[in-house]
Amino acid sequence: MKHKLWHFQGGLRLSGHKHMSMTEHVAPPGLPAQVILPLQQHIGEPAEPIVKVGERVLKGQMIAKASEYVSVPVHASTSGQVIAIEERAVPHPSGLPATCIVIEADGKDEWTTLKPVLDYQTMDPSALRNVIRDAGIVGLGGAGFPSFIKLNPGPNNIVETLILNGAECEPYITCDAMLMQEHPRRVIDGLLVMKHALRAKHCIIAVEDNKKVAHTMLVNALHEHESEFIEIVQIPTIYPTGGEKQLIRVLTGKEIPSHGLPIDIGMVCHNVATAAAVCETIEQGKPLISRNVTITGEAVETPRNLEVLIGTPFAHLLDACGWQEEQTDEVLMGGPMMGFGIASLDAPVIKTTNCILARPKDQPHRQPAMPCIRCGQCANVCPAKLLPQQLYWYARAKDFDKAQDYNLFDCIECGCCAYVCPSHIPLVQYYRFAKTEIWAMERDKKKADHARQRHEFHQYRLERKQKEDEERKRMKKELLKKTQGKEDAESDSKKSAIEAAMARVKAKREQQEKENVDNLTEEQKQAIREIEERRQRVRENESSTEEKN
Amino acid sequence: MQSVHSSPHTAPQNSVTRMMLALLVALIPGILAYIYFFGWGVIVNITLAIMVAVASEALMLRLRHRPLKPYLLDGSAIVTAVLFALALPTLAPWWLIFAGVAFAIVIAKHLYGGLGYNPFNPAMVGYATLLIAFPKEMTAWLPAGTHEVTFIDNLRYTFLSALPDGMTYDSLTMATPLDTVKTELAQDRTMDEIPMRYSGLFGGVAGRGWEWVNLTFMLGGLILIYMKIINWRIPVAVIVGIFVIATVFAIPDPDLRPSPFFHLFGGAAMLGAFFIATDPVTAATTPRGQLIYGFGIGIIIYVIRTWGGYPDGVAFAVLIMNMAVPTLDYYTKPRVFGQEKK
Repeated sequence: MKHKLWHFQGGLRLSGHKHMSMTEHVAPPGLPAQVILPLQQHIGEPAEPIVKVGERVLKGQMIAKASEYVSVPVHASTSGQVIAIEERAVPHPSGLPATCIVIEADGKDEWTTLKPVLDYQTMDPSALRNVIRDAGIVGLGGAGFPSFIKLNPGPNNIVETLILNGAECEPYITCDAMLMQEHPRRVIDGLLVMKHALRAKHCIIAVEDNKKVAHTMLVNALHEHESEFIEIVQIPTIYPTGGEKQLIRVLTGKEIPSHGLPIDIGMVCHNVATAAAVCETIEQGKPLISRNVTITGEAVETPRNLEVLIGTPFAHLLDACGWQEEQTDEVLMGGPMMGFGIASLDAPVIKTTNCILARPKDQPHRQPAMPCIRCGQCANVCPAKLLPQQLYWYARAKDFDKAQDYNLFDCIECGCCAYVCPSHIPLVQYYRFAKTEIWAMERDKKKADHARQRHEFHQYRLERKQKEDEERKRMKKELLKKTQGKEDAESDSKKSAIEAAMARVKAKREQQEKENVDNLTEEQKQAIREIEERRQRVRENESSTEEKN
Repeated sequence: MQSVHSSPHTAPQNSVTRMMLALLVALIPGILAYIYFFGWGVIVNITLAIMVAVASEALMLRLRHRPLKPYLLDGSAIVTAVLFALALPTLAPWWLIFAGVAFAIVIAKHLYGGLGYNPFNPAMVGYATLLIAFPKEMTAWLPAGTHEVTFIDNLRYTFLSALPDGMTYDSLTMATPLDTVKTELAQDRTMDEIPMRYSGLFGGVAGRGWEWVNLTFMLGGLILIYMKIINWRIPVAVIVGIFVIATVFAIPDPDLRPSPFFHLFGGAAMLGAFFIATDPVTAATTPRGQLIYGFGIGIIIYVIRTWGGYPDGVAFAVLIMNMAVPTLDYYTKPRVFGQEKK
């Protein structure tokens, strides 16, 4: 049965340069002296080290654990001693170093105890996902998204079609082609495990029609399986048909909604190499510690594919393939369309390293960029149906709102536009710039919003306190007013009584002072004493009434 | 090694120079037809226009502190010059060409920011300016296919304003077919009467000579579409625009309205549709925008030819639609991959 195929708009027919790296079988290079294992080789949070400097580790031993949900562990790719946990050069477009666990190989390459899964078909999908997560498996096609998340359809989604992406549309890269050619059974078995985890109904393995051998080998391997729900489909070789959105469009005619995921239309897409890694984890218990890497380019004498331990420095692999340093213009990780230049060749192969491309010096010279003449050649080849000329215009003018109006974030950075641009404008760079600026602005806005909310809440608390204080005062005043009515009446009568008594005492004193106290008779003295005593009593009385008040 | 660049890391596949060169090559069949019917004046005009254009471009680049080499080699000034020269009557004095080209390059192109930034088609700005300022010089054409004026005669006229012995300006030149039809129709003559009054003015479907010039320009334009230097949308939309409006008015009144083919293969219709309206810098850039842009040009060409003050309307039609481009582009953004179909 022939599978019906659709087209996506745009794209390019590029010369593949694939045969040059496909003449030799995939083999491991010699063991490197050191392996350098970055804690972040995937999208999400970096892993957390669980070993200490000086510790001996075995091949396949977990040396850093997943820190958050979107995170996967890192495993030692050979046995040896941890000699450092520090910042090292890593393959990243920024060229910035990142924290790595460095293991000095002891040359024994001694495995830790591996625990294969004996019967995955009886396993609960979530337990199966945990096994895959613990094996550190991420998307090996290039993005490096933790695979266990993409093997979880979520409670409300049904996976109609599970697609294995073996398109490998970028020129020069052949690591997946070689894998499908040499280990087709692994790919299919891995696919079956994924199918179980996703409870998918139907599976497609998509291979570009320039990989005839890989296609034949897969078809033969499938015959042994006799599974009627797996289809192997040849698709036309048009760059970027290996892009998830483009691939799904070609295979099903459906478009993933803008800003959406394949699961929104009942699809899940994994790379063929990821499936093979899943197979090895289930069958042998091996975590992801090695992968196929294409070492190629005109500045390499014997381009080929190697089965490389994660953490092997680029220079080690280039040297193994007869690298001619003096003839090299630039070393890329990835293909010529989407790869990026590597600033330091001490950087290690990571889980997402599919290709190391050494470009020669004698290629046609780069041209200086000219102004955009809006010829629209870019729009003709854009597989996202964008208007790159308008995006460029607004990105350059830093008019990011307009750039978003023109759907900047639907750009997949495939580079078709820049490839055909007659003015040689590095268009993708402008889009990346605009995207990072917008992300930064959103982060700033979030921060500002947070600060504003805090400030507003602070203001609100102050106001609330002030109001409460005022309320309290008011209540107190009211209470006072109510009680004061009575109190006033009482205290008035008391005051007048006191005042009267005081006045009497004063009058008497004045009277007494007028009296002559000299030459008094005994009777007189007696009388005075009596008066004094009475006075004393009155005084005591007065003070006691005062106390009561 | 260790030069780090942004992806894609590929050798340049295309260049502005290549596109401009392709355009110039595609003009050759039309230019040959021009020479055949209107004499060597075309070559004189083109040569002079290129010289003035390159000099003006160099001067402006120097004044604007831009590097001379890449911008002079991009070929855009030469294309402007050639398109301008092809719009001129063959018998044109040097100062006319000088004024038009200098205005196009200095004012319309560089004062608006140079290559890629000018909102109006420079060649058409230059042409329209002359048409308004010097209507007499701009509308007097040699009759097609008479071959009365030699190369030397033409040179002498261009530089010395000297006419061949025994000739007057008025005896040499005559109104173009478009012009004649317009004037005659205005005097209540019918389409049947006009060819009888002017023998040799008409060919098979349109003006004599003009139909061949238009046909060869169309041929060149089709080559450009085939080479993917220009997109089919604008030229097709211009042609459809002219054809639709001309048909709508010609069907009820065939006596008073020339046929759609007279319009399509007359004047600068095909040069305009394939080479002028498609100037990428000043044209609409969205697919739907290009269709509207081209259709609008077609309609305006017909309106100016039929009811306007000038015999042909390509320049004004292009300039008017240039003004609409930013709005057109904004409101005709295509549906992006994965967006709901509207």
